[in-house]
Amino acid sequence: MLKIRKNIAISDSGFVFDPLSGESYSLNPIGLEILQLIKNGQSFEAVSKHILEKYEVDAETFERYYYDFLATLKLFHLTEPD
Amino acid sequence: MKKLTIGLSGLNNIDSPGPGIPVIRGIKDSKILNARIVGLAYENLEPGAYMHDLVDKTYKVPYPSDGVEPLLDRLRYIQEREHLDVLIPNFDSELFTFMKSEKVLQDMGIKTFLPTLKQFEERHKSNLPEYGKKYGVKVPYSEPITSVQDFVQHRDKFEFPVVVKGKFYDAHIAYDLDQVAMYFNKIAAKWGLPIVIQEFVKGTEVNVIALGDGKGNTIGAVPMRKTYITDKGKAWGGITLEDPAMMELTDKIISQTQWRGGMELELIRTSKDELYMIEINPRLPAWVYLAVAAGQNLPEALVRLALGEDVKPFQGYQVGKMFIRYSFDMITDLHEFEQLATKGEL
Repeated sequence: MLKIRKNIAISDSGFVFDPLSGESYSLNPIGLEILQLIKNGQSFEAVSKHILEKYEVDAETFERYYYDFLATLKLFHLTEPD
Repeated sequence: MKKLTIGLSGLNNIDSPGPGIPVIRGIKDSKILNARIVGLAYENLEPGAYMHDLVDKTYKVPYPSDGVEPLLDRLRYIQEREHLDVLIPNFDSELFTFMKSEKVLQDMGIKTFLPTLKQFEERHKSNLPEYGKKYGVKVPYSEPITSVQDFVQHRDKFEFPVVVKGKFYDAHIAYDLDQVAMYFNKIAAKWGLPIVIQEFVKGTEVNVIALGDGKGNTIGAVPMRKTYITDKGKAWGGITLEDPAMMELTDKIISQTQWRGGMELELIRTSKDELYMIEINPRLPAWVYLAVAAGQNLPEALVRLALGEDVKPFQGYQVGKMFIRYSFDMITDLHEFEQLATKGEL
């Protein structure tokens, strides 16, 4: 399971700071919510259930965006290496 | 603590700033030191000379290129009036002269805390490959050259682009032989020979400021990434990082070389997360105040080491601390400029 690097700082406003590279990123509220869930060790199934219940989105669309989001996190080295 | 008198150079706080003013800010922030600052200026328009809240008195000094004796004569004159306790030279180009004169300065009652000549020489850009081999540090392949023809002879050892670097300052990326020749002439005219041709390592530039006690201990070290770079390649903004690999490399270099004094490591982190050392600057850099703000007052520690005090290594620093430079129009009067220009003192 993909894990968010431990030393990544995530603020309540969705501001993400990577202390290794010095890069910072801004997340929208849903991005922040998903990132927090992943950081807390939630599986794809649990995140998906949470989002589908809370927002108007179908499972297929969510899955597509979810993996797209994970790929972005990986691209920016915000996740633990495989 | 008794009031100290500290002499400093590097008062050119312009777009390519010297470390003088930020070093003074660190000293003034100190809760331990109580210092009067005497500035040493090479030019009439070095802003620090006119910053009376930071610099108490300024003396013009001759360029090191004018020879050691004129500089020492001037320092003797300054010493008679000011009784400097510690002197912190902040320009690369003057360090050699001050290192050579360490004993003479000591006899005058002026203490310094500089790298040894051996430490200074072996980390020269032109000696970097040997340095890398000796201390087990990754460095880009490089060759010192004294003519463009020299480069042509080493041509097959390089792939374009290459970095063309001056002895003290300046670095340009050259994409073909014509550009190598152009930058060679440009830099050689300003900074002299040799010119160093360095393999271009692709990645993110990261830097570490550090202070060694001369016995192999790292007194302090703070890694940083430039977040804004001017067209002169100078940091106009930066942020402190948490990077164990950079800290480990710094400790290794300081312990192996027994580095004495301030230093700045210029590194490239590649996409494979490897660190290449591209340069060691043998002094505190102009962004030293970021380290002070992050919790390591390295100028204060440097002064205390120069005074022979026992200084304990710093424990940690704040990650994510930033600096953003700005320019400021300082207003001064013509008579101040006249004082410095005609009498050499302000």
